Amino acid sequence: MTGSTVSIDFKTIDEILESCNYSKQYLIAMLQKVQEVYKYLPEEAMTYIGEKVDGLSPATVYGVATFYAQFSLEPKGKYEIKVCDGTACHVRGSMPVLNAIREKLNLKDNKITTDDGLFSLEIVSCLGACGLAPVCVINEKVYPQMTSDAISIVLDTLLKEERGN
Amino acid sequence: MIDIIEEQNKAQEHIKQQGLRVLVCAGTGCVANGSLKVIEKFKELGANVSALTDYDKMTIVPTGCHGFCEQGVLVIIPDKHVTYVKVKVEDVEEIFESHIKNGTPVERLLYKDPKTNEAIHKNDDINFYAKQTRTALKNCGKINAESLEEAISVRGYEALAKVITENNPDNVIDTITKSGLRGRGGGGFPTGMKWKFTAANRGGKSYVVCNGDEGDPGAFMDRSVMEGDPHKLLEGMAIAAFAIGADEGYIYVRAEYPLAIKRLRKAIADAEERHFLGENIMGSDFSFTLHIKEGAGAFVCGEETALIASIEGERGMPRPKPPFPANKGLFGRPTLINNVETLANVPLIILNGADWFASMGCDTSKGTKTFALTGEVNNTGLIEVPMGTTLRQIIFDIGGGIRGGKKFKAVQIGGPSGGCLTEEHLDISMDYDSLIKAGAMVGSGGLVVMAEDTCMVEVARFFMNFTKNESCGKCVPCREGTKNMLKILEKIVKGKGEMSDLDKLEELAHTVKDGSLCGLGKTAPNPVLSTLKYFKDEYIAHIKDHKCPAGVCSAMKKITINADLCKGCTKCARTCPVGAIEGTVKNPHKINQEKCIKCEACLNACPFKAISKE
Repeated sequence: MTGSTVSIDFKTIDEILESCNYSKQYLIAMLQKVQEVYKYLPEEAMTYIGEKVDGLSPATVYGVATFYAQFSLEPKGKYEIKVCDGTACHVRGSMPVLNAIREKLNLKDNKITTDDGLFSLEIVSCLGACGLAPVCVINEKVYPQMTSDAISIVLDTLLKEERGN
Repeated sequence: MIDIIEEQNKAQEHIKQQGLRVLVCAGTGCVANGSLKVIEKFKELGANVSALTDYDKMTIVPTGCHGFCEQGVLVIIPDKHVTYVKVKVEDVEEIFESHIKNGTPVERLLYKDPKTNEAIHKNDDINFYAKQTRTALKNCGKINAESLEEAISVRGYEALAKVITENNPDNVIDTITKSGLRGRGGGGFPTGMKWKFTAANRGGKSYVVCNGDEGDPGAFMDRSVMEGDPHKLLEGMAIAAFAIGADEGYIYVRAEYPLAIKRLRKAIADAEERHFLGENIMGSDFSFTLHIKEGAGAFVCGEETALIASIEGERGMPRPKPPFPANKGLFGRPTLINNVETLANVPLIILNGADWFASMGCDTSKGTKTFALTGEVNNTGLIEVPMGTTLRQIIFDIGGGIRGGKKFKAVQIGGPSGGCLTEEHLDISMDYDSLIKAGAMVGSGGLVVMAEDTCMVEVARFFMNFTKNESCGKCVPCREGTKNMLKILEKIVKGKGEMSDLDKLEELAHTVKDGSLCGLGKTAPNPVLSTLKYFKDEYIAHIKDHKCPAGVCSAMKKITINADLCKGCTKCARTCPVGAIEGTVKNPHKINQEKCIKCEACLNACPFKAISKE
C-alpha cells in the first residue's frame, strides 16, 4: 500500500479553499484540513492549492508543507503512533519503547509506515503530558507510563482487532 | 454597561445551587488515565438524589489540570476537604457509598506522603499544594473550565469591566509597569514596557497576539492555563487590547494541544455571546475580536517574529529586529505579543493592584512563576511559587525528593535553551537574573530533575539533536553549527571522542551563540556549555576511559547473564524485544551482544537478579 497515491477529489479541496476564503494567510489551515482528509499531503493537492490561491505558487506551498513537522508527504497508517521524546519522557525511558515498536512492526532504518499500511510511527517532542512520562499516542488516544512490554501488549490488541475484522 | 458584580452574584448563586461539588480533573493527563469514565460513573450514581443525606444534589465538575498529573485521576471534594488520587472507574462507587453517603473517607485512595507513606486526610496538608502560592493557576482545577458562569463566579471579567469603566488606557499600562511583571515565556522582558512601546503607535490598526506555542519539551504550564482557565487568558488579552488600542487578536496554539484548542474555541464563543468579547464589549464602544491559529509543529515559532510569519501563513522563520513587532509586526501593523502565563497574570494585577503583585517575589523578579516539575522526582506536576524560591524547596519540599531513593544529580531548567544546575545551586534564588548568572535561564519554566543514573553527555546530545532538528535553517551559524556540535557529541557518546573535541565543541558553541539571528540559535549551545562547565569529568570519562559513569550510553554498556545465578526460566528471552537472548529451559541463557540494543528490559525482568550491566 505504501507509495500508492490516493485519487484526489478536487471538489473536496475547493470546499476547503472556500472555507478559508482563498486567502493565503490560511495556507497552514488549508494544509491541515487536506491532511485531515487524506492523512497526508498528496502532491496534486499541494500543486492545486498553489495554483488556485492568489499570491501562492506550488513552490511556496511545498516550502510551507516541508517546514512544519505536522505535515507528512507520505501516506500515514490507519493507526498513527506518536512516541513522545520530550525531555521528561526521554529521561524516563522513551527510547526502549520506540525500539520495541520499531522491532515489533518491522520498521527499520527510519521507515515510517508499515507495508500493510496499518501503522505509522512518528517521534514527537513533548505532548505536554510530562507527568505521565513516557507517553505514546495512537490516533489521539494517550497511553501513559509506557514500557516496552506495555506497548507490545497495546500493539497486539490492535493487531488482533484488525485480524478479527 | 453590564453590571459585572450583579453577574457575579448570579453566578455564585448558580454554584450554590449545585449542592455537593465533586471536582474531577479532565486535563490532558487525567483524561489519558481515564477521567472521562470516572466522570460518567459519578454522574450515573449522582442521579439518585435520594441517596444523598446532607445535600439535595450533587454536581460533577470536570475541571482543568490540577498540576498533579502523576497522581491522576484526581477527585477533589472541596466541602469535605479531601483529595483522592489515582482513582479508577472501579473506585467511584466506593467513594460514593462510603464517603459521600456515609461520611467515611476511603483511606486507600488518599494521597500518601512519599517519605512517611502516611495517608493525608486534608487537602491543605499535602505538601505539593501547601508549599505553593497559586495565583495564575488559582482557578485551574477548581472550576469547570468549559463554563463561563463558573469563571464569572470567581471574579472572571471583573478586571476587564473595571478597566473599561475607568476608561484610562495609560493608567492600565502604568499599573502593569509598576507591578514589575516580566515576560513569562523566556526572555523576561518587562511587560509594561512592551505595552508602552506598542501603545505609542495607537490610532491605526494594531494587534494583540498570545504566544501559546509552548514548544519547550518538559513544560506544560500554558497548556494547563488554556485548558483549565481559558477565560482568564481571554480577559488578559482583552485588557491588553484595551490598553494599547487594538481591536483584533490572535491566540497561536500548538497543534499538539487539541484539548486546549477545543476549550479556547468554546470560551471565545461563550464570551462573545455574553458581550465580553467581540463588538461593543459590555455595552461600551470598545471592540475586540479574537481568533485562534493552530500551529503545525515547529519549535522556532515560539520566537515572536517566526510566530508572526506563521500566522501570516508562511514558513515560520524569524525576521531580523528591528523593526520590532511593537512597530511593525503582524501584517506589517504594530503588534503586542505576550505569552499565556504573562497574560493570565494581567487580570489579577488589575484586580489586586500593582503593589500586591510586587509584594511577591524578589528584587528584580516580581510575582509568582509556574514551573513544570518533571523527571526523576516523586511528585511530578505543575507548580506555582513566588519568584526567588530556591531549587531545594521546589525539588525536596514540593517535589517530595528524588524517586526511588536515588541521589540528585542535576536539574535542567528552561529546556533546550536553558542550562543545567547542580547540587551547588540548590540554594540559588530562582529568578531571572540569578539564573542567568549561573549560566541557565528561567525560560518557560520547565524543570527536569535528573538523578545519578542520568548521563549528562547524553542529555547534551539529546538537546542538541532537538535544536538541530528545529533550527529553521535561515542563518548559517545555527544551521551548520548545531549540526556539527551534534556530530561531535554523538562521537563522544559512542566512545570515539578525542580530547581535542572538547575545545572544538566549546569554540563552536560560542560561534553559534554569537552569530545566530534569533533566540533559538543564541541559546542552543547552553546545554552543552553548562554540562561542559559542571560535568567535564563525565565528558573526559567517555573520551579517555571509554566509560559512561552513569551507565547510560549503550555503546559503552555490556549486559551479561551470570550463568551461576540464571535458573533458565526463559523470562528474559521472552521479554527481549529484539530476540537477542538464547538458551533452553532450565539451562543458563546467554545474550547475543551483536543483537542486543541495551534496552535493559531483561535486567528488570529477571526474577533472580542474574543479569547485570557494566
